[in-house]
Amino acid sequence: MDKATGIITGVNGNMITVAFTGAVAQNEVGYAHVTQGDKNLRLMSEIVRIRDGVADMQVFEDTVSLKVGDTLDFTGNLLSAELGPGLLGRVYDGLLNPLPELAEQCGFFLQRGTYLPSLDRAAKWTFTPTAKPGDRLTAGETLGTVPEGAYTHRIMVPFSWRGVYTVKSIAPAGDYSVEATVATLTDAQGREQTATLMQRWPVKLPITCYAERLRPTETLSTGIRSVDTFFPVAIGGTYCIPGPFGAGKTVLQHQTSQYADVDIVVVAACGERAGEVVETLREFPELRDPKTGRTLMDRTIIICNTSSMPVAAREASVYTAVTLAGYYRQMGLNVLLLADSTSRWAQALREMSGRLEEIPGDEAFPAYLESVIAGFYERAGRVRLKDGSIGSVTIGGTVSPAGGNFDEPVTQATLKVVGAFHGLSRARSDARRYPAVDPLDSWSKYRSVVDQDRVEAMRDLLRRGADVEQMMKVVGEEGTAMSDFLDYLRKELIDAVYLQQNAFNEVDAQSSVERQREAFAELEALVGTAFAFTDKTVARTSFLRLQQAFIDWNNTPADAPEYADRKAALRALTEEILHA
Amino acid sequence: MHKLYHRIDSIAGSVVTLRAEGVRNKELAEIDSRTGTSLAQVIKLVGDEVTLQVFAGARGVATDAQVRFLGHPMQVPFGDELLGRVFTGSAKPRDNGPALTMNLTDIGTPSVNPARRIIPRHMVRTGIPMIDVFNTLVESQKLPIFARAGEPYNDLLARIALQAEVDIIILGGMGLKHDDYLAFRDTLDASGALSRTVMFIHTAADPVVECMLVPDVSLAVAEQFALRGKRVLVLLTDMTSFADAMKEIAITMEQIPSNRGYPGDLYSQLAARYEKAVDFEGAGSITILAVTTMPGDDVTHPVPDNTGYITEGQFYLRDGRIEPFGSLSRLKQQVNKDTREDHRTIMDAMIKLYAQYKDAAEKQSMGFRMTDWDRKLLRYGERFEEKMMDISVNIPLEQALDLGWAILAECFEPMETGIPSKMAEKFWPKKA
Repeated sequence: MDKATGIITGVNGNMITVAFTGAVAQNEVGYAHVTQGDKNLRLMSEIVRIRDGVADMQVFEDTVSLKVGDTLDFTGNLLSAELGPGLLGRVYDGLLNPLPELAEQCGFFLQRGTYLPSLDRAAKWTFTPTAKPGDRLTAGETLGTVPEGAYTHRIMVPFSWRGVYTVKSIAPAGDYSVEATVATLTDAQGREQTATLMQRWPVKLPITCYAERLRPTETLSTGIRSVDTFFPVAIGGTYCIPGPFGAGKTVLQHQTSQYADVDIVVVAACGERAGEVVETLREFPELRDPKTGRTLMDRTIIICNTSSMPVAAREASVYTAVTLAGYYRQMGLNVLLLADSTSRWAQALREMSGRLEEIPGDEAFPAYLESVIAGFYERAGRVRLKDGSIGSVTIGGTVSPAGGNFDEPVTQATLKVVGAFHGLSRARSDARRYPAVDPLDSWSKYRSVVDQDRVEAMRDLLRRGADVEQMMKVVGEEGTAMSDFLDYLRKELIDAVYLQQNAFNEVDAQSSVERQREAFAELEALVGTAFAFTDKTVARTSFLRLQQAFIDWNNTPADAPEYADRKAALRALTEEILHA
Repeated sequence: MHKLYHRIDSIAGSVVTLRAEGVRNKELAEIDSRTGTSLAQVIKLVGDEVTLQVFAGARGVATDAQVRFLGHPMQVPFGDELLGRVFTGSAKPRDNGPALTMNLTDIGTPSVNPARRIIPRHMVRTGIPMIDVFNTLVESQKLPIFARAGEPYNDLLARIALQAEVDIIILGGMGLKHDDYLAFRDTLDASGALSRTVMFIHTAADPVVECMLVPDVSLAVAEQFALRGKRVLVLLTDMTSFADAMKEIAITMEQIPSNRGYPGDLYSQLAARYEKAVDFEGAGSITILAVTTMPGDDVTHPVPDNTGYITEGQFYLRDGRIEPFGSLSRLKQQVNKDTREDHRTIMDAMIKLYAQYKDAAEKQSMGFRMTDWDRKLLRYGERFEEKMMDISVNIPLEQALDLGWAILAECFEPMETGIPSKMAEKFWPKKA
C-alpha cells in the first residue's frame, strides 16, 4: 500500500491543516518538512481530526517557519513505542527519544526535528529460546527470554498479531541485537512473519494480550503509614493525589517511587518542573533497591516531558508511559506508574481542543475530558497472563487543581474512576505536617494492612479530636471539658506519631507493613488508655512526652538492639503517667 | 527579494489579516502605514490568509498599508554593547543610543534538555537578610514575588539589582508606570549598576503586543550571556501584566477563554518563560525573580496560582516586608548547609520565636494579660522587624547571622531559644 502524502494548508499554533492524497487513518503519524536556514527538518505530527477531506494534525514540535505549501509524508502508522529489552534505567521524552543521547548529539538544548531510536541498536542481548518449532502461539505468548537487569525479559509474539501462529523456526541461544530476527512464524493462511527482540505498539491503545483481568485485592506497600494503613492502594489499583501548589505532591510521589514494593517504576514527569526530574535523575543511580541490591535507577524508567517542552508531546507522554508499564506487565511483573501531573496533561488536551475550535465544556476543557481520563486509569489492572503468571500496573496520578479547589473538572473526573483519593491539604503542609494527606477527607476502596474496623475506630478518634479542635477555637481551652480535651490530645498524638513521617530520617521515611502493624497496635493501646488528668497543662505535657517517646521508637531501625528498649520505654512511660 | 503587499482585509485590535503567499509561521513583517512603520509577527496561516500581530498596535493602520515580509522570526541583537542600554519590548532603543543589529539571535528558543540540567549548588547573595538567611536564592532558581498592587515591589527589585552578587542583570519591565521606569533607571544609574544592566521596558502606555515580547527578549539575551559563562539575574515586573496582555490578544483572536478570561495555555506560556532558568554545566546560569501582583490580594487568582505551580517557591511581600511564613525558597536546602554552620540554626530558631511573637502580639491586641515570656517575645519581635526585616537593610550573610545572634542574646537566655547547646556555646555572644 502506498503511503499518503499531504500539503500544509494552514498553521495555527501547534496545529496544522493538511490536504492529503491517498488514505490516512485517525491518529496516523506524519512528518512535515520545513527548511530552517540551510537545514531541512522533519517535524513529527499526528492526525487528530479529519474533516471534509482535510486532516487537522498536531505537531509535536515548535511550528516556527512552517508555511502553507510545505509537504508532509504520512507513515501509515499510529504513534508507536518501541518495546524491547533496554528500556529500564533510561530517560526519555514524551515521544520516547532518549534524552541523554539527544544531549550528546545536540548539546544543552532540545533541537526540534531530531529523533533517535528508543532502543540501542548496537547492544547485544543474550537470548534463550523457550518456544519450539511447531508450537502454536498467540500474541503476547513467550518465544524466549533475555536477562535485563534483575529481571527476565520475555520476548513475546508481537501484540499486534491477530490469530494463532505456528512457530516455524526459532533462533538458537546466543547474543542478538534488538533488530535481529529470532523467530519465524506462520499464520493460519501459511504466510510467514518474523519476530525480533523488539516490537512496536501504538501508545494510545491498551495492551490486552492477557487471559483475564483480576480484581485488585492485595495491598501495595508504599512505606508511607497514612497511605498503607488509612488510605491504601491495591496492587493493580488506581489512586490520585490532588493538592494545591507546595502541598508536597511531588515529594510524596518521589518517596513512593523510592520505597514502593513493586518490580518496576515508570515515572511520567508530565508538564512539571524540570528541576524535580533532575533530582530523580541524579539521585536514583546512587540509591540501592533493597529487593535486588541494584541501584534504584535499574528498576526505573523516566518519561520526562517538562512544562517548557512542546505541549502535544506532553499529551502523548502519559500514553507512552502507560504503554511501557503495560509491556512489562506482560512479563508477569508488578509495575507502578506515577504520573505527575495529570492536570498538565488535561491542559494539553484543552489547548488542542481550543485550536480545533471544539465546543468547550467546563472551564473550557473538552467535553470528552472525563472519558479520556477514565480510559487512561482503566489501563491499570492486575491480570492473569496466558501462561498463568500474574502481572499488574498500578497508576497513581497527581492532580494540580486551580487555586487548590477540588471542585474543578480534572479532579472531579479523576475521583470518579480511581480507587483511592489522597487529598493533600494546604493547612497541613503549611504546618509542615508531612505527608499532607488529609486524614478526614481522603478515602480508599482498597484493603488496609490493618483490620478495617480498627482503622475506622482510629479515624473516629481523629474526627472527634478535630471537632473538639474546632470547638476550642470558639470557647478556648478553659471552656473545654477534660474528656473533650483528651480527645483533642489523642488526635494530635495519632497525627504526630503515625500520620506524620519524617522524610529526612532514613528509618522513619519508610515503614514496612510489619512495623506499621506493630506501631498501630501500640498506638491503639496508647489512645485506649484511660488517663485521668485534672490539669490541662499536665495533660498536654504528658502527651508531648509520650509523643517524643513514640517518635524515638519510630526513628529506631527495627534490627537495632535499642528497638525493643525504646518500645519498652514507651510502655513504661505510659504506666508512669497513668499512675502519676 | 521580498514581495510587497498592500491590501489588508481585516483589522481587529492589534491583529490584521491579509492575503499573501509563501509566508512562514512566526515570520516578521514590516507594516508601513500613514501613522508610521511597525513590526508585526505572523501568528496564523489559513490557506493564503495570513494573520499578523502588529507590535505597535493596529491603530491608524490603513487597508492599503504596505506589508513586507522579512523572512525570519523575531530576533534580538546581542553583545556587550547592550550593557547599560534601555530597549523596548521589540528591542528598539528606548534611550538615545544607536540601534543595534549585531549577533542577531532568535527569541523563544527550544527548551534545555532535562538530562543536561544539574542540581543547583550556588547561592546568590543579595545582601537582604530576609532572603539570604531565611529563604536563600539559588542560582538557576525561579522565584516570583507575590504582592498586592501598591507594595514596594519595584523598590525591592531595584535593591536586588544593586546588591545581588551576579555578573549581569536583565530587567524586563511590563506595563510599568513611566515614573517607575525612570525610578529604576535613575537608581541604577546613580549607583553605577547600570553598566552591568540591560533593560527591556514596556510601559503602560506602549502597545500591548510589546508587553508580550518582554520576557522572551529578556530571556533570550540572558541565555546568550549565560552560555558565555556569565551569571545572569533576570528581574521581571510585572508578570500579571504579561498574562493580561496574552489575555487581550487571545480574546481578540476569538480564542475560547478558560479561567477568568485567560487563555487555556496560560500555564504552558508562563512555564516556557520560567523554565529558562538554568545552570549550564561548564558555563553560566540564569536566575529569575519575577514580580506577580495578585489582583485582590488573592493567591488563587489564575496568574499567581499557575505561577506557584511552576516556580520553586515564592516570596510574599506584605506591608513592605518579605513575609517570613508564606515565603519559601524550595532550593535553599541545597545551599544553606555549606554557608556557615550556624545558618540553619539561626534560620529555624528566629522563625520559630517570631511565630511565637505573632501569637503574643495577638494576645496583647485582644487585651489578655502578658506574661514575662510574652514581653520578651514582644521585645524580640520588634527588634527583629526593625533590624532585619526592613527591605532597606543591606548586610552580607555572615553579618546578618551575627546580627541574628545579637538580637537573640539581647532578648533571651540561650536555653529559651531551643537552640542546641553545642551551637549556643560556640556562637552565643559573650556578655561584655
